[in-house]
Amino acid sequence: MEAVVVKNLVKTYGKEQTVAVDDVSFSVGRGELFGLIGPDGAGKTSIFRMLTTLLLPDGGSARVDGHDIVKDFRQIRSSVGYMPGKFSLYQDLTIEENLNFFATVFGTTIEENYHLIKDIYVQIEPFKNRRAGKLSGGMKQKLALCCALIHKPTTLFLDEPTTGVDPVSRKEFWEMLGRLKAQQITILVSTPYMDEASLCDRIALIQGGRILSIDTPQNIIEAYPDRLLAVKANEMYRLLKALESHPDVPSSYAFGEYAHATFRHADTRPLEAYLREQGLTGVEVKDAEVTIEDSFIKLLH
Amino acid sequence: MKQFLAFVRKEFYHVLRDRRTLLILFGMPIAQILIFGFALTNEVKDSEILVVDYAKDNASQELLTKIGSSRYFNIRQAALSHNEILSTFRKGKIKAVVVFPAHFNEDLLHQNKAQVQIITDASDVNTANMVTNYLSSIIVDYQNQINANLEIPYRITPEVRMLYNPQLKGAHGFVPGVMALVLLLVSVMMTAISIVREKETGTMEILLVSPFKPVLVIFAKAFPYLALSLVNVTAILLLSVFVLDLPVKGSVALLFAESTLFIITCLALGIFISIKTSSQQVAMLISLMGMLLPTIMFSGFLFPIENMPLPLQVISNIVPSKWFYIIVKSIMIKGLGLAALWRETLILLGMTLFLLLVSLKSFKIRLQ
Amino acid sequence: MMQDDRVIVCEKLTKRFGDFVATNEITFDVHRGEIFGFLGANGAGKTTAMRMLCGLSSPSSGKATIAGFDVYTQTEQIKKHIGYMSQKFSLYENLTVRENIEFFGGIYGLSDERIRSKTAELLQRLGLKSEANKLVASLPLGWKQKLSFSVAVLHEPKIVFLDEPTGGVDPVTRRQFWDMIYEAANSGITVFVTTHYMDEAEYCNRISIMVDGRMEVLDTPANLKSSFHARSMDEVFYQLARGAKRGD
Repeated sequence: MEAVVVKNLVKTYGKEQTVAVDDVSFSVGRGELFGLIGPDGAGKTSIFRMLTTLLLPDGGSARVDGHDIVKDFRQIRSSVGYMPGKFSLYQDLTIEENLNFFATVFGTTIEENYHLIKDIYVQIEPFKNRRAGKLSGGMKQKLALCCALIHKPTTLFLDEPTTGVDPVSRKEFWEMLGRLKAQQITILVSTPYMDEASLCDRIALIQGGRILSIDTPQNIIEAYPDRLLAVKANEMYRLLKALESHPDVPSSYAFGEYAHATFRHADTRPLEAYLREQGLTGVEVKDAEVTIEDSFIKLLH
Repeated sequence: MKQFLAFVRKEFYHVLRDRRTLLILFGMPIAQILIFGFALTNEVKDSEILVVDYAKDNASQELLTKIGSSRYFNIRQAALSHNEILSTFRKGKIKAVVVFPAHFNEDLLHQNKAQVQIITDASDVNTANMVTNYLSSIIVDYQNQINANLEIPYRITPEVRMLYNPQLKGAHGFVPGVMALVLLLVSVMMTAISIVREKETGTMEILLVSPFKPVLVIFAKAFPYLALSLVNVTAILLLSVFVLDLPVKGSVALLFAESTLFIITCLALGIFISIKTSSQQVAMLISLMGMLLPTIMFSGFLFPIENMPLPLQVISNIVPSKWFYIIVKSIMIKGLGLAALWRETLILLGMTLFLLLVSLKSFKIRLQ
Repeated sequence: MMQDDRVIVCEKLTKRFGDFVATNEITFDVHRGEIFGFLGANGAGKTTAMRMLCGLSSPSSGKATIAGFDVYTQTEQIKKHIGYMSQKFSLYENLTVRENIEFFGGIYGLSDERIRSKTAELLQRLGLKSEANKLVASLPLGWKQKLSFSVAVLHEPKIVFLDEPTGGVDPVTRRQFWDMIYEAANSGITVFVTTHYMDEAEYCNRISIMVDGRMEVLDTPANLKSSFHARSMDEVFYQLARGAKRGD
């Protein structure tokens, strides 16, 4: 049985019927780490809120652990774990009090499921008497994850857990998710960071309420249709301007220290020559390693 | 049940760890009682009294000396007609007029009883009341003094006339008034804010996505404020009895029962506000503007309802604090029991049930 | 002369809050037209440093001049010569696009005539002519960010401070945003930017990384990568920030 099955889900808001989620379908297998990747306003939070029974869909249906998100909301509420986008713990309660509170609300105790959170909890345990409001972003995030895990959920919904968190904490967080996966917990995670996509088993790229593509990160990258070049020169701005005006480069954009450019021909030497003619120095042209971000950009065009 | 208790404990942590909340919760009632209380007692010192003595005999002179020697009053004497008395009042300096009728001594000696007229400006209700009480006790004192060796006692009856506000509405009303205000603040505003805060910080989302019943979340949040409000009622009563010498004439148990009812009314209101708003500021604004203001305006605590235009009098009927105010005043000051207050109690009960019903109806188990 | 070229000059700039040293003796220069990346983990002291540079908070010790003005004594002049944009506060959502532009023009003391011409030019350049009288709240996030950047440089400041300007934006809009940054830098405006996207760090001319209040490194992305033997800025950052003791 699939852990999450979503069929033609639709959500609109307000009098103008602004479409936030537009006919979205996907399914997530048990024990899978599934990523919903897209920018703010793509509809990620709305999808998560519908799946966690916080919002009613305006169309379509979905099941979580076989339970219908509208009819069986009580069963879903007692079996899933949810970490909302904002830091949603009590700032004036200590780490321990927060954890205890959520354990009790979910009808369990810290001891009962300690094995699940142990890995994460030991990192914040030295500060267990510190109030949550005084913790660093990374520590808050760990505590929030502990609280979402404490009742041993079958499925975990993490809404943008790494937004606003520095790269080091982000990395650690994803390592923790990897370990949880090993415990057979199904994890749905949303993120605006494209580079986190490769850490998921499967991903859905989403924009404007619509899913652009669903597959394993590897397959999405392999499905990239064009030849993609990585081009470097000493002046990025002029390089981009030059690439933009080249007839055989349909699209080009900055990508780290390189510019990525789709290219129509096999031979790149004329392009190099052209760039030098434009007065650029330090020109280097090579085939780029396609990333999820490239795929996303391609899908948006 | 365990979940419920965990909730209540958590709520107490919130309250006890926030200094501002604590201040509002316990500092405010004490400050209000003391401010109102002492503003009241200080005013009577050195009050200007106008004496109109038509008798000018032994008895009237003796009584006058007694009044004059009290530290509360400064006496001015004048011979004035009734109309002149009124115009003197309008100038606003004197607090009371004491009138001895002609033949004061004679009446006392031959009929064993005589009258003294005390006229006060009752537009300042509290002062008028105080002045009357002091004057009356001085007269009673004098009466006891001349009666010491007599078989048939002399009786001096003070005939009290309150000008401008004959029924003395509002007297001693500040304790019940403050009680209504404080309970309103704690129960409506604090409850509304604390629930909305959970919405704002996102914790409400987590609580909804839990096996804990959503309605219980709301009740668990309201419960601690019921307890805290009762603590406040106790504090206010203790202050009024021991610091302000204002005893509870009626049943204390009934007073607490009625207070509990009013607190539940307020909690229902607070819950309703919290359901309808999504930011703490809005919740606070609505609580203040929508609840506190009507209480101050329409409960009869500061402004006598009888003096208001009819439409406002009608409006005052839908303000729960008005009914609570009447109930508390009746129990504390008049010593009335439930038999006399069943109507007001029933109205308050009806309002409570209505508000609870509306709150539960509009409560959503999902996000809006 | 080299000196003329420097718009930010910092020497041992320090900010203490009691015993806590939020920003610890940072020393660096930023040149005219440079895109300067200001990175660091949460709580490393970036925000405190930015506030001092913007004239919003007075340093505890050290020296700094911004566009030639002293951060201790000439904060009013500093504010006239810088622009500021953050992810959180940018524009008034319940004003229209035009009203926002006019408001910020007015704040910076532009003449009515200049506000008019600037508004027209901006609307034209951003392609927002048809949206001019719509509320900002109704614009997509990407547009809002472009508009708020344009508003931040409306008064042609010497330096523009960008505090995580591209958080949560889709990759295409993010790049369009960087196009605007390049353009501004090209026209001589110095760009001082913080970001959590390490690939964006690569777009900067030079990058500094703060760890626990100190500026640990300051160099071009290429030099940093080679000196840390790292393949990406992400790795450089990770190596540096992993040892950090402080959080926010």
